[in-house]
Amino acid sequence: MAQATGIVTITAATTARAAPEPSGWRAWLRQAGVLTALPMALLMLAGFVAPLLLVVAFAFMPPQSFSILQPPTLANFQEIFANSFYRSFLASLYLAAATTLICMVVCYPVAYAMVRVFGRVAGVLALLITAPLFVADNLRLVGWMLFLVKGGVLSGALQAWFGIATDSMLYTVSATLFGLVYTYLPFMLFPMIMGIAMVPLEMREAAFDLGATRWQVLKEVDIPLAMPGILIGALMTFILAAGALSEPRILGGSSVVMIAQDIQNEFTFAQNWPKGSALSVLMILVAGVLAVTLLRRIDLDGIFGRR
Amino acid sequence: MNEIGRPARWLYGMLIALVLLFVYLPMMTLVMASFSRSKFFKFPIPQFATNWYADVFASLSIRSFFWTSLVIALLVATIATVLAFFGALAFARYRWAGRKLYQKVLLLPILFPQAVLGLALLLWFSAIGVTPSWQAAVFAHLVWIAPITTLVIAIQVYSFDPAMEEAAVDLGATRWQTLKEVTLPILTPGIVSGFLSAFLLSWANFPLSMFSTGADQTIPEWISAKIQSGYTPQVPAVGTLTMLAAVIVMALGGFAAWLHARRRAGLA
Repeated sequence: MAQATGIVTITAATTARAAPEPSGWRAWLRQAGVLTALPMALLMLAGFVAPLLLVVAFAFMPPQSFSILQPPTLANFQEIFANSFYRSFLASLYLAAATTLICMVVCYPVAYAMVRVFGRVAGVLALLITAPLFVADNLRLVGWMLFLVKGGVLSGALQAWFGIATDSMLYTVSATLFGLVYTYLPFMLFPMIMGIAMVPLEMREAAFDLGATRWQVLKEVDIPLAMPGILIGALMTFILAAGALSEPRILGGSSVVMIAQDIQNEFTFAQNWPKGSALSVLMILVAGVLAVTLLRRIDLDGIFGRR
Repeated sequence: MNEIGRPARWLYGMLIALVLLFVYLPMMTLVMASFSRSKFFKFPIPQFATNWYADVFASLSIRSFFWTSLVIALLVATIATVLAFFGALAFARYRWAGRKLYQKVLLLPILFPQAVLGLALLLWFSAIGVTPSWQAAVFAHLVWIAPITTLVIAIQVYSFDPAMEEAAVDLGATRWQTLKEVTLPILTPGIVSGFLSAFLLSWANFPLSMFSTGADQTIPEWISAKIQSGYTPQVPAVGTLTMLAAVIVMALGGFAAWLHARRRAGLA
């Protein structure tokens, strides 16, 4: 009996999968896809959507308050723009843009070489690039600190082996930028590899046969066809770098304050949730607009399923 | 004309080698610094010793941070894998109204700065009355890691022929039997790599742990605290040990993949 009902359920599910019957939300909810999506969807609601909505709500509450049931106000945003708290936001955008640009220029030839020149060992190379993501980013930055600090690996070696005295290379804006490029390089490289692998070889050959120069092939075939990968990489690098916390702290000293540091101050030491939330809203807006624009353009089935 | 010449090949090889050196340089520096005898790091290292490792192994507090990190990572990996197994079927296997939206929502936590997400979760926990603790950190990690695990498994699901499931159903299997006897075994490689990457990402996470663990502390948090309060060579020593642990986990994964491939080849 149990067996029989089981079969009935399965058949129902299969037909629903083939053509979703338009008989209300109950039928929609019974589909296998909806049922399997439910746990993840709930996690996203409770762990991502709800917290961000709460942040948005707090951004419009009076300063220093700890409840969202008060009359909304724009005081926090006025405070941010009146007392130049937006500077950390602009600094973050600037550093993120510079990071994205540098990573893009560095990663394209590397990704190209990995796919087209050393394709046979591409799997190993991709693993070698991914593996550092399994080491805490603040730990890797401490490694750079020991490398760049005065008397560290670089300046120590220059002094001992070549007699060149150098000053500390840490605690500057460039050191922060260096840390950002280091941390987010894999986030550019990986999608770029996927993008370049999607360019059909025949298309390039056809272009060459028709008399295109190397430069023309790069400009007219390689880059446009690899664009989905390049865009995902650029977007990820930009958003993640804009919200960076460890790089300006460990390598940058106090030379530059980025927005995540300001938000942290407001949420922890200053205990001013509404202002920290208003600063977060700036970050959410940038990340949201960029992510939504990108996700509307690309086909995820095509990228992950290679179909 | 399209062929890549020998000099170009050599140049590209150099480029990749340089990038790999750049990527691994800080980690090599850490390993080296951990074997330096003196309290203050100096290069070239005057004297090598393993005294800092002895210190680390003797420290009860460091041991407890290791356990906290390990328990969080194991729980995150287990829960993320279960959620992601179903999540990936919904992502790549079934056709349903709302799938495109679901796919995009899943990518949003990955496309969002972790530190800002951690701070938003801190606010959220306070608002709903959850005291930050290692359990809260498990939840915070899941928000970011479970979607990544879903993508890892989804890539395997895309290469999976639905006809296999249909055949099982035609032969009289229940929905549950089909899942257990057909879907699960076929997806095993994706599930294993999903589990391992979830474990490693949680093990190495700092920004989410920082704002969600409260009084509990993980190893990356301890490293950050030590850097703030003053450098000690225990930092590179602990760092080297956590990297070693990650390498062992990856090697186990590689071994499992090799075994799986060999068994497949044996069957064919």
